[in-house]
Order: sequence, then C-alpha cells, then structure tokens
Amino acid sequence: MRWKKISLGQILFTLLLWIFAFLWLLPFVALVIMSIKPYTEVILQGWWNIGGNYTLKNYIEVLANPTYDFIGGLKNSLVVATISTMMPIIFAAMIAYSLNYLTFKGKTLLFVLILFFMSVPQQMVVIPLFNLYVKVGLYDKILGIILLHSAWGIPWIAFFLRNYFKMLPQSFVEAARVDGASESTIFFRILLPMSIPALIAASSIQFTWVWGDFFYAMVFLPTPSNYVITQRLALLKGEYHIDWGLLSAGAILAMLPPLLIYLSFKKYYVRGFVGWGLKG
Amino acid sequence: MRDHNLKDLIFFLGPPLLILVIFVIYPIVGTIILSFMLGDTLTLENYREVLFETIPLKALIVTNPGTSPPWGALIHNMVWIVIAVPMVVILGMLLAYALRKTFGSSFILGTIFLGMVLPGVVSGLIIRFMFDADIGIFPRIFALFNVPLLSHTWTIYPQTALFALILGSIWLWLGFSVTLYSAGLDSIPSSLIEAALVDGASEREIFTKIIIPQLKPVTTVVILMTIMWVLKLFDIVYVVTGGGPGGASTVLALIMYMYFASSLEYNKAAAVSVILALLTLIPAYWYMKMVLSGEKQ
Repeated sequence: MRWKKISLGQILFTLLLWIFAFLWLLPFVALVIMSIKPYTEVILQGWWNIGGNYTLKNYIEVLANPTYDFIGGLKNSLVVATISTMMPIIFAAMIAYSLNYLTFKGKTLLFVLILFFMSVPQQMVVIPLFNLYVKVGLYDKILGIILLHSAWGIPWIAFFLRNYFKMLPQSFVEAARVDGASESTIFFRILLPMSIPALIAASSIQFTWVWGDFFYAMVFLPTPSNYVITQRLALLKGEYHIDWGLLSAGAILAMLPPLLIYLSFKKYYVRGFVGWGLKG
Repeated sequence: MRDHNLKDLIFFLGPPLLILVIFVIYPIVGTIILSFMLGDTLTLENYREVLFETIPLKALIVTNPGTSPPWGALIHNMVWIVIAVPMVVILGMLLAYALRKTFGSSFILGTIFLGMVLPGVVSGLIIRFMFDADIGIFPRIFALFNVPLLSHTWTIYPQTALFALILGSIWLWLGFSVTLYSAGLDSIPSSLIEAALVDGASEREIFTKIIIPQLKPVTTVVILMTIMWVLKLFDIVYVVTGGGPGGASTVLALIMYMYFASSLEYNKAAAVSVILALLTLIPAYWYMKMVLSGEKQ
C-alpha cells in the first residue's frame, strides 16, 4: 500500500515538473510556430492555433531581402566568433600553463589580476579603445572587434583552464622534463591533447558569448556592411510596427549556430559552466 | 623544480600579456583617467553631473520618485537585484532538488538552460513577445482575469516595463542557478541523508537542516554571479524598451551607452562606466576572496 501511494505521488510530481518545463519552453515553441505561419493568421487566431497554413515565406524574406542582409550578418558573425574563439583559447592556455607549471615572480598577482579582469564590465574599456581604433584604423573593421573579443576572452578561459590543468595528474610534466622535453613540447604535445574536453567546453562557451555580443558590435561596427547578426536582428524590429513573423524567423536564424553548438556539446558545455562558476 | 629560463616565460606569457595590456589594462586605466578629466584639468565634475542628472532618460537617481518608475538607472539596477536574486536562488534550489529523482530530469535541465545559450538580442525579442498585448502569454492570461493594467503590452507602459524585463531576466538566468545547484546536490554525500533518515528525520527537515546548509557555497556563488550579471545587462534592455518609456526602464550600462553614442559625452560616459565597475567589484571582490581562500586549502 505504502509503496503504491508514494509512486502515485511521484507520478503527479513528475508530471508537474514536466508541465513547468513545458511552460518554460513555451516561448521557444511560440517563436518557431510564428516563424512558419503567415503573420495575418497569427494576429487573427493566435500562434496557439496549430491548424491553418504553414509557410517558409518569413525565412525566405529575411534571407533574400537585401535590406535585411541576414546572409552578410551571419557571415560576419561566423568570422568574428570563430577567430575570437581560437585566439583566446591558445593564449589563455599559455597563461594557465605558466600559472600551473612555471615558477616566476608575481604569479599570485597575475592570478588576482585575471580574476579581476573576469569581472570588469565591458563598458570599462570601450572609450579609450574607440579613440585608439580611430587613430590606428581599426575602427569599423572586423579585425578590430576580433582583437577585442579575443583579449576579452583570455581572462576567463585562463582561469577555467588553470582549474582544469590542476585536476590532471601532475607527475607527467615532471617525467617529461626529466626526459628532456622542452616546455613548449610539453604544452603542445602532452598538455593540450590531454585537455580536449576543457578546450571544447571553453570554445563552445566563448563562441556563444562572442556570437551573442551586441554592445561591442554597436560601438565598433557602425557601417551596415560590417554588421554582425545581432545588429541585423535588432534592426529588423521596427520602431512602431513589429512584424513578428519576420522577426521570429530572424531570431531563429540568429540563435541557430549557438544552439547547435550547445546541443552537440551539451555535456561539455554545462560542465564548463559549472566549472567556471564553482571551481576555485 | 628546475629553473625556468627567461625564454620559456617570454614564450608563454609574452604574447598573451601584451594583448591584455593593449586591449584590457590600457583602456581600463584610460577610462578611469577620462572620468576625472574636464578639458585639461582633473575634477570630480563628471561624477557630480552624472549623479545629479535630472533628465529621466539619463538620470541615475530621480530626485522625487513616484510610486512607479522612472526612478533612475541606479535604482532600477537595485530593484532588479532585489527581485531577481531571491527568485533565482529559491527557484533554482527547489527545482534542482525536485529534479533529482525525476524521470527525464536531464531533458528538463537542458530546456531550462536554453536561456543561457541565446544571444541577448534574441532573448530580448522573446521577452518583448511574451509581454505583448495581442500575442503574448502574460497579458493574455491577465486579460482573462480582467486586470486591465496587466493585460496591455507590458514593455510600453512605465508601470510595467521594468518588471517585464526583470521577469524575463529570471526566465533567462534560471538555467545558470539550476545547473549549479544540481552539481552542488550531486556532491552532497548520500550517507549524510541516509543517516538522517535512519534518525527519523522528515523530508522537510532533511531539506532545511542538511541540504540548504550543505549548498551554502553554491548559494553564495549564485548570488554573486547573478548580481554581476544583472549589473552588466545591456542588450535585452536596449532591444526591448531602449530604457523607455520615458526612462522607466533604464539601467547603468544603457546610460553609459547613451552618453557615449547619443550625446558623445565621453567623459561622462567614462564616469558612468567607473560607477558601474565599482558596483560590480563589490560582488567580484567577495568572489575573488572565495576563490583565493579555496586555493590555500
């Protein structure tokens, strides 16, 4: 009897949690439905009416209309996010290696500085960089924003990889040194291959953040042909009239790359977040 | 330990430190200096003007606030923290605990985590949509119950704009807290709970007397990270309300952008940045202390 009672309660409880999850997911579901329905139908019957017509018109409109130039935005974002993921990973790994395996003066200071940089708001760097970029010709250049994103990613990735390196067995570095391997050999040939899960986690998160950036792009990329996808999407929302069909198609296109990365590397991704927040 | 020669250090630290010096350290110092400059003189004038600005769209603190916003960006940020932090902590902890033994919990966790993956602009559009009078979920529900104030588009009325954003931000950020709490729960030794069960403790006693105290370090991290995240929010506010209507949903990061991009007052923008950074440093300092004390053990 008792066993039965508990299991019934558990079923209800599970059901409740599933309803909660469904409600949490509902805005996404609505977004998908709106993107594949004619907007007039959404307005008249609501997106919750699953019946009626379906069409890819919104997607075609967003992708093909040159005034929206989503293809250009996606291309720019892909270039920016890819390079701004690879560069800081390498540099951050080098810092993490130094913090863990090299002895030098000011190591604690460097570590504290890294923690400090991790928490500084983006707003703290844009004005002097804006002036500098205008002077050296990096303003309104994709390269300029790539360099900034790369630098900005170094502190948190260094902290993250340092924590990961700490969990690895330490003896192999000593062993390799006894065998006469140089530090760079140990780093490239032994340590990095051992750290692939951490590198995947850090890359996925960094890519997502750079892809989603809006603030730096607004400051440093004023010319439409240089716009990244977040700027393109923001522009799609008119001041007074909002075409939700068009907008939801655009939103889905803009979130697709990070979403795919999240779904492909979910385990690393989530573990990365936990490591980033909890470790220390 | 063998002695590392300078060559190794230059190889490993030279390039990354050079980048950090140019793109992080130099501009941080530059912003601080700019915030104290007026023409060629050092002064506190920028801070004074920024803090006592009275135009609602740029005010940090509105001098005679009404019962509904605009109250000023600084106050909005504080209200945001006061509402979002407890919600994120309580919901995150309860949900993680409830999901422990539930069928399909990893799917549910994955769903809630989605908010963390979205670009801010997309999140903003979804928030705008959730609170739209014609097609949004919240206003439609309140329309059924005949609450006129809450059945219009929340984001275009000063009474509701800020709160729509705050609720939306909780929706986005809950994934972070649930994930951290789930990991925290996994690391509580099950022997603790079994022992308590043997002693005849109820489910509720176990939760309040064992689980909550054991999760305290996680709670601290969630609180600190949430405060930092809320302080830095820019894109969802920019996209959903642009700080409006009439400055009813401004935040510090947005004010900084307005001084910078709309009125080209770089020194004032720098002053707002420094204020924002100082506020962020309070939780950050706490977090750094936590990390560094964990190092020593």
